[in-house]
Amino acid sequence: MTRADRIEALHAAARERILVLDGAWGVMIQRGNLDEADFRGERFADHTGQLKGNNDILCLTRPDVIADLHDRYFGAGADISETNTFSATVIAQEDYALDATAVRDINLEGAKLARAAADRWTAKEPHKPRFAAGSIGPLNKMLSMSSDVNDPGARSVTFDQVYDAYRHQVQALNEGGVHLYLIETITDTLNCKAAIKAIKDLEDEGMEPLPIWISGTITDRSGRTLSGQTAEAFWNSVRHARPFAVGFNCALGADLMRPFIAELSRVADTLVAAYPNAGLPNAMGQYDEQPHETAHHLEEWARSGLVNIVGGCCGTTPDHIRHVAEEVAGVTPRAIPQRPVAMRLSGLEPFELVA
Amino acid sequence: MRPTFINVGERTNVTGSAKFRKLIVAGDYGAALEVARQQVEAGAAIIDINMDEGLLDGAVAMRTFLNLIAAEPDIARVPVMIDSSKWEVIEAGLKCVQGKPIVNSISLKAGEAEFREQAVKCLRYGAAVVVMAFDEEGQADTAARKIEICTRAYRILVDEVGFPPEDIIFDPNIFAVATGIEEHDNYAVDFIEATRVIKQTLPSARVSGGVSNVSFSFRGNEPVRRAIHSVFLYHAIQAGMDMGIVNAGDLPVYDDIDPTLREAVEDVILNRPQRTNVTNTERLVDLAPRYKGEKGAARVVDLKWREAPVGKRIEHALVHGITEFIEADTEEARQAAGRPLHVIEGPLMDGMNVVGDLFGSGKMFLPQVVKSARVMKQAVAWLEPFMEAQKAGKPREQAGRILMATVKGDVHDIGKNIVGVVLQCNNYEVIDLGVMVPADRILDAAVEHKVDIVGLSGLITPSLDEMVFVASEMERRGFDIPLLIGGATTSRTHTAVKIEPAYARGSTTYVVDASRAVSVVSGLLSKDDRARNEAVAREEYARIREQYARSQDTKARAPIGQARANRWRPEEAVSLPPAPSFIGTRTFDAWDLADLAEHVDWTPFFASWELIGRYPQILEDDIVGEAARDLFKDAQAMLKRIIDERWFTARGVVGFWPANARGDDIVVWTDAGRTTELARFHTLRQQIAKANGKPNLALSDFVAEDGADHIGAFAVTAGHGELEIARRFREAGDDYSAILATALADRLAEAFAERLHKQVRTELWGYAPDEATSVQDLIEEKYLGIRPAPGYPAQPDHTEKSTLFRILNAREAAGMDLTDSFAMTPPASVSGLYFGHPGSHYFGVGKIDRDQVEDYAARKGWDVATAERWLAPILNYTPGT
Repeated sequence: MTRADRIEALHAAARERILVLDGAWGVMIQRGNLDEADFRGERFADHTGQLKGNNDILCLTRPDVIADLHDRYFGAGADISETNTFSATVIAQEDYALDATAVRDINLEGAKLARAAADRWTAKEPHKPRFAAGSIGPLNKMLSMSSDVNDPGARSVTFDQVYDAYRHQVQALNEGGVHLYLIETITDTLNCKAAIKAIKDLEDEGMEPLPIWISGTITDRSGRTLSGQTAEAFWNSVRHARPFAVGFNCALGADLMRPFIAELSRVADTLVAAYPNAGLPNAMGQYDEQPHETAHHLEEWARSGLVNIVGGCCGTTPDHIRHVAEEVAGVTPRAIPQRPVAMRLSGLEPFELVA
Repeated sequence: MRPTFINVGERTNVTGSAKFRKLIVAGDYGAALEVARQQVEAGAAIIDINMDEGLLDGAVAMRTFLNLIAAEPDIARVPVMIDSSKWEVIEAGLKCVQGKPIVNSISLKAGEAEFREQAVKCLRYGAAVVVMAFDEEGQADTAARKIEICTRAYRILVDEVGFPPEDIIFDPNIFAVATGIEEHDNYAVDFIEATRVIKQTLPSARVSGGVSNVSFSFRGNEPVRRAIHSVFLYHAIQAGMDMGIVNAGDLPVYDDIDPTLREAVEDVILNRPQRTNVTNTERLVDLAPRYKGEKGAARVVDLKWREAPVGKRIEHALVHGITEFIEADTEEARQAAGRPLHVIEGPLMDGMNVVGDLFGSGKMFLPQVVKSARVMKQAVAWLEPFMEAQKAGKPREQAGRILMATVKGDVHDIGKNIVGVVLQCNNYEVIDLGVMVPADRILDAAVEHKVDIVGLSGLITPSLDEMVFVASEMERRGFDIPLLIGGATTSRTHTAVKIEPAYARGSTTYVVDASRAVSVVSGLLSKDDRARNEAVAREEYARIREQYARSQDTKARAPIGQARANRWRPEEAVSLPPAPSFIGTRTFDAWDLADLAEHVDWTPFFASWELIGRYPQILEDDIVGEAARDLFKDAQAMLKRIIDERWFTARGVVGFWPANARGDDIVVWTDAGRTTELARFHTLRQQIAKANGKPNLALSDFVAEDGADHIGAFAVTAGHGELEIARRFREAGDDYSAILATALADRLAEAFAERLHKQVRTELWGYAPDEATSVQDLIEEKYLGIRPAPGYPAQPDHTEKSTLFRILNAREAAGMDLTDSFAMTPPASVSGLYFGHPGSHYFGVGKIDRDQVEDYAARKGWDVATAERWLAPILNYTPGT
């Protein structure tokens, strides 16, 4: 099956059923109790500074651990698994002093691992094709937020730098064979817009086009992203990407995320995706929400026609995904609404001028 | 219907505003931001930003200004129009906005290739575009040229570039009229005519323009310029103009323009045949000086609604919560109606139905609805003496009768009272038995009043058991009416697992908040839908029970011995906190309420009214902002009265003692010699299996087993006076103020606890004497040490409060007491223990197993069944199995 065929299968599957994304990676990697030597491997044995905690580098140094996690999530019933490349940009990897070649290799190998796992499971279960999503995470530097408390106009990074970093990541993910991109945990919509432009420009230059899934993060009950946008304003800001799916993930558990997903579901004329955390962290920073509880929330969203794709973010495990997959199986996916033609703009809030 | 017209603010345009240009050239961006802010406040839906000034580096100025705007939420909430004649300035702007902006502008001026390239970039950055009617030949002046260029541009954008037509805005050029040059006389007509054709022939496209150009020849005469703008827009909007760069809020209404001036302006704009022997332009030029000095009319309070018929006035008063005229209006309606009852069943209920519809559709919010109820009650109170006199025959028709009560042992009633008011607004009769109501009184009253539904409320965890008991009593006594469950501690899962199975004859429904109450009640009382609604709920609860049962064996557990071995241990380098400044207790008879008011955390206050969002941002929220602002204004006004008129007294007591941990208990000593035991606090330990070296916590871990460690305790209340004040308001028919007073008392008690804790840290215990924290830091708990309360996650056993109250002597010291279920009275009270160790932190005990329950029972001197009853909400097993 070629990549184009598989993407066609992705669209077909999304029409028929609710798709399931995998769950958290960080918590699963932590449970593996890997040490500094695991993170370094041979290639980075002499690297200056600590590498433990740089989960993305495991794509190169412990590919067996990463491949195993893809297998566990696919085995739990996930349709889509994400590459382990959430922070694999030259900007985010500055913290670990990794050079552009190493960053490119993380994306390339990360994509190959996810793709190989997806292909294995598709061969095993041809009735249920699996997909590899290239994870494009937020940066530790934001384009809409000041980097200096005394100067609200200051920025620690430029649009062009962010654009270049994402462009570099996207190229490697595409080359490594992912089926779609997942721009996720978006805290600043302007960073996301730089990623969108990078993808679209590369496609204009001849790179094979892939579906784009855009997933923002509503940080609290005020219903705003970290950079201050409401759900609908966020959608208006990214709709020009003509995304395969749009949604929210992280920061909130399902109970608190629901109104914002409902809002997005009302306004977005594309697939809607949600992968909340396993509740809010307790005082210890751990997530207590049990698999059946997460599944109960997501099943209710599915039955209420709010979502097309569900999955888990922080604190969720293969067990959560197994429960989620079981609960949403057979539920009719959300129908994509027809919206009246209108000029839709946004600042932090939406603006609409209906025809 | 009048077409929508969008004002684009023009004051942040250096070519349009001399003031803004001076500020930007001088680098005074702070003042420049104020200009932007004023524009948004004045109603600009979009702001146009233009930095095309010879002295400036336009790209730098654009980037600087947009980055600054991004930090100002009250400006950044609206979209921007990035306005420049230079593409590099536009692109610099596009790289600074997270929203979707409008680019102003691109055109065919330099040919199709550049036009196409810039359009693609706009698409990639995610922007709408203004396209100027400008091509290789120049700017279009006649209607025909404007239409020709716009059509050509539209076809390229839509057919070749793939630009969404709804994101295209044409600017067909507004040029000055009345210049004295005859060729210019038709310019306004050309624009209006082109607009009409563009809107008809180019689907979804928009038309915009820079309006001030049209009146350029009347510079210096603002009243006449404004009249020209108003007349021009009147006609252009009729023709389909969608938006314009214009000073919002500054234009006279077309109909309000002096008729002589309006006719002269209209003749110029529409290029009509001249009426006299002078041209239209000359006539307007002659007239203009007469209007130069005209000032705007003074603003008056809008009482236009008072002119409507009495029914509409009553509706207006109800929807807007205005009590000022309601008695007079009710009297007028009474005199017109045959009987006073007809006023209630007619205009008053009609108005409340409007309120109910607005609330149901999310256009009104709880505080507003509660205010509506106040107006309603006042009107009914006015009518009552007349109804008595008439002995009005049969009682008025109600939609149903609901009994509500806070269960035995519990004293919290804000949520219940709000639900009661909302139900009354929807024509239900509510019988409210108040707080601390035993099961038999609830059920006797239900029989006596022949109620249709029973609703139970509770805040503390022991109330959950009491609700199960009420449900089982309903079963035993043969009730079959629906039972509603609500309140902060209740949940769908608890209702499904514990309450519903106890009441098989009737139905049990969990109501998540007041806004759901009406739909739940009407669903349960509907003849047609009741059976179906009950079946749906029953099925759902059965499913929740199954899931709950399945979940019971999914978690890895640690036996209590193993959990204890994995207790939390302080880092050795960290020393114990110093000894407190005194041993024993100290009381505070009347803490300054003004000081407490400054420490109030407002976010939960709004949450208690179901307005969700963080303070102060919630005040600017576009959906609930107005409701939140009104509520906040009322709260501030009442808070001032609370302080000035000393409605409440804030009393409290704090104590410190030597203490040491003994296993999972904390021994409190009477003296520094640590020989005589004053009391013993029992704590509970987490039993979920922990990984990665994380400890299984109990509060006792934060106290040293050996050495000179200490513990503190406190009990504070702001509730003395609370119940009397609330009752007085309620008896006056003012539930809104009653609920407001109760909610404010709660907030003051919380502020008291926060304020006292600060004093403890810096002074009374003094382990953090140099701590500097703002009110915001306090709310976010950025300080050392904790003050956990019994009944909360770190120690879920409410009964520990009795030990706490005993050693503090809280009854005498602060006038506080405990109910059978260990709820504190007065209701606005907070208590807890103080832990001073720098490593202490909040946590949740979670579920506990049988081995710990047996151990805990032995330590408390209870039998196991007693322990299981008080710990019921956190048991990880079903007792008796």
